[in-house]
Amino acid sequence: MEIRPILASLRKHRIPTVLIVLEIALTCAVLCNAVFMIGQRVSAIRLPNAIDEHSLSTVGLSGTDEKTAGSDIPRNLAALRGIPGVQAAGAVSTLPLSHNNWGWSFGTSPDVSVFNKKTVNFSLFFLGEGADKALGLRLLEGRFFNADDYADSSFGSAPLPETHVTLVTHSIAERMWPGQSALGKTYYTTSHYYTVVGVIADVLRPNIDGQGEASNYFSAFYPMSAEGSKGNLRRYVLRSAPGDRDRVMRAAEQKLIELNPNGVTKSAIYSDMRDQYFADMRSMAWMLVLVCVVMLAVTAFGIVGLTSFWVGQRRQQIGIRRAVGASRGHIMQYFQTENFLLSGAGVVLGVAMAYGINLYLMQHYEITRMPWYYLPVSAVALWGLGQLAVLGPALRAANVPPVVATRSA
Amino acid sequence: MFGYYMDLALRSLKRHKVLTTLMVLSLALGIGACITTTTVLRLLSGDPLPQKSSQLFYAQVDPNAKEGYIAGQTEPPSTMTYVDAMFLLHAHRAKRQAAVALTSGKIAPQRANERPFYSDGVQTTADFFGLFGAPFEYGSGWTAADDEGGSQVIVIASFLNQKLFGGANSVGKTIRMNDHDFRIVGVLKPWSPQPRFYALDLGGHDYGGDGDAMFLPLKTAMDLKMGPQDIECYDSVTDVNNLAAAPCMWLGVWVELPDQAAVADYRTFLANYARQQVAQGRFSRDETALLDLMGWLRDQQVVPDDVRLQAGLAYGFLLICVLNTVGLLLAKCLRRSREIGVRRALGATRGAIFGQFMVEAGIVGLVGGLLGLGFAELGLFGIRHQPAEYASLAHLDLSMFVFTFVVALVASLIAGLLPAWRACAVAPAPQLKAS
Repeated sequence: MEIRPILASLRKHRIPTVLIVLEIALTCAVLCNAVFMIGQRVSAIRLPNAIDEHSLSTVGLSGTDEKTAGSDIPRNLAALRGIPGVQAAGAVSTLPLSHNNWGWSFGTSPDVSVFNKKTVNFSLFFLGEGADKALGLRLLEGRFFNADDYADSSFGSAPLPETHVTLVTHSIAERMWPGQSALGKTYYTTSHYYTVVGVIADVLRPNIDGQGEASNYFSAFYPMSAEGSKGNLRRYVLRSAPGDRDRVMRAAEQKLIELNPNGVTKSAIYSDMRDQYFADMRSMAWMLVLVCVVMLAVTAFGIVGLTSFWVGQRRQQIGIRRAVGASRGHIMQYFQTENFLLSGAGVVLGVAMAYGINLYLMQHYEITRMPWYYLPVSAVALWGLGQLAVLGPALRAANVPPVVATRSA
Repeated sequence: MFGYYMDLALRSLKRHKVLTTLMVLSLALGIGACITTTTVLRLLSGDPLPQKSSQLFYAQVDPNAKEGYIAGQTEPPSTMTYVDAMFLLHAHRAKRQAAVALTSGKIAPQRANERPFYSDGVQTTADFFGLFGAPFEYGSGWTAADDEGGSQVIVIASFLNQKLFGGANSVGKTIRMNDHDFRIVGVLKPWSPQPRFYALDLGGHDYGGDGDAMFLPLKTAMDLKMGPQDIECYDSVTDVNNLAAAPCMWLGVWVELPDQAAVADYRTFLANYARQQVAQGRFSRDETALLDLMGWLRDQQVVPDDVRLQAGLAYGFLLICVLNTVGLLLAKCLRRSREIGVRRALGATRGAIFGQFMVEAGIVGLVGGLLGLGFAELGLFGIRHQPAEYASLAHLDLSMFVFTFVVALVASLIAGLLPAWRACAVAPAPQLKAS
């Protein structure tokens, strides 16, 4: 296919050419960034979380008498374990993605202070006896807490548990002791220290901020006796078959209200809680998808409209070409190649703009660098869109009969 | 003349129905997207207290350790310790001053066989209501003496009064909160500033909701061990129950400063306090800040990133739509070269041709704007059904209504400019010769 006549003709229609190229470029630039943002959100929404998410339901209990809160826990748990369908039950202080965060910074040597650069902020999870099984934590190394660990742990007046054993996630182990086994290692803060007895698969923190960063998994677990928990084990987790969760949760809430008439309960199925956490992100992702689709449609219709007019304008020329021997295929090819060139110019400009927009967003928002492969993928998508949009007008052009050449315009 | 242009424009638009629809639709989509996102952006970045915001200031000092401090670059933390907050309050250097923390409490029902429930509350000091102009339905706030004595008094929100007492005057009545009796001293009218500026970094949500349900004296809340929602500690803590002495920050301090001189005085006062604390060895940084309300909202970046991104995206989209409309208008006007040639030959001036095409573009713009308004309503309806905390606030107001048409007309006239200019540059002779 000869492209020189196409270029010559485009030079004659400079302004519409520039307009269509600009439109394709802008669409390409916005599309790249929007798709990238969608991708980031989707990967955040799908972050893995090593608890048994699909079997858990939870009931929070607060407002009960502080003095008896500790001794109530075994009684409440016994009642919950009696509900048909409950496979395991335990009391915890907080859950991943529950927004209820208790953070503290620790270092690997005894002389750390809170502001030491080398300290790392963890989210603290306190587990009542049996909660590890109820949550379905997955042990990678070492052991879970034993009965003595639970019995020996309590809260004093400090905001940290009085115990010396801890479970950490794989991500903490990697961050604190890279390349070594974390088992038996100790981490410190000014007044307390904890020794790792087990490493578990990555569990998300109650709040996550960055997307896809290891710090989302800086969760540390501590045993806690019911008696010494000082009202910090307020959340009961129940494990059941996924189909039983709703019924089990209602029954548990009912049971807890009966046993604690003065308390206030709040219940949720864990997977709903997780959905709730990401609801904003999910709706933003859908909004971006909507904008992309509408934007592509507008651009496609713009191409259709403009090419249709060009075809209309050139009916006589097309007739002449057909009369002197050009086949329908030749005419189609002409418009398709023309569109290919226009899209190409637009895409090249658009890719540069997309990169520029990404740099700007990186400066002003919490957005990371766009991986390079977004650019060619968007480029190919727009090329395809252009070819699709031009198909109709090109077919119409191909159907111009040669006899048009003999008529005056 | 204008009427004739209108007639010509309508005829031309009617002749190319598909094309006209395309232009109007693309412009309307762009405008709809812009109006929707701008409305949300404006709502979220609006002034929560327009009459008073310029007199309200948020004070900050920095008790953190020296480590990691870069003079002039490290901003002080957003909350204060009890010790610092009380010093500033008791100094009475501003017209009004209040310390604020968020809490929640269990409220016992007034009627039998109802369940107790938790409500959001604010623990603060007596000036809070005057400082922020919170309007009272019944009664009033508590006194400074109540603050000092830790009286069990409470001010409740209109909706809580409705729930507990059916909206009747409940001043003097008792409610049971966290298993203690509180005497109601005041009932607020519905009051829910957006964003909830007084509690930005104290935990909880920034937008939406009916406002906080109850307000009680800070000392009372501390005596009853009603912890604040958010605590940030900068040193090792031996007794977390003694928040008055713990090296932890959890209070926001607001002051009312009526004029520039008062602001300057207060800045000096705050700086002196910090320097004095450094001299005493309690602080190691003498950084302070005193931002006005709107400055504080900006500093805290209260408008969610996603909302700003959406607005940027919508403007990009509008640009694409305008480009699209320019292209289509241009294609159309180039096809009408012959018609223009005839009109020019019959005596129409360049200005007349220009006017004719601008009128055509204007009509596209107006119809696009009208349709865009429909899309915006649809968009806002969509946003109201989103899970975001600001969702319920998304409504079109009069100014945005006017703004829509300005945007639509400007967008379409810009879109029409190039085609109209091309049209009036058409030379009549070649066009007539060709036929």
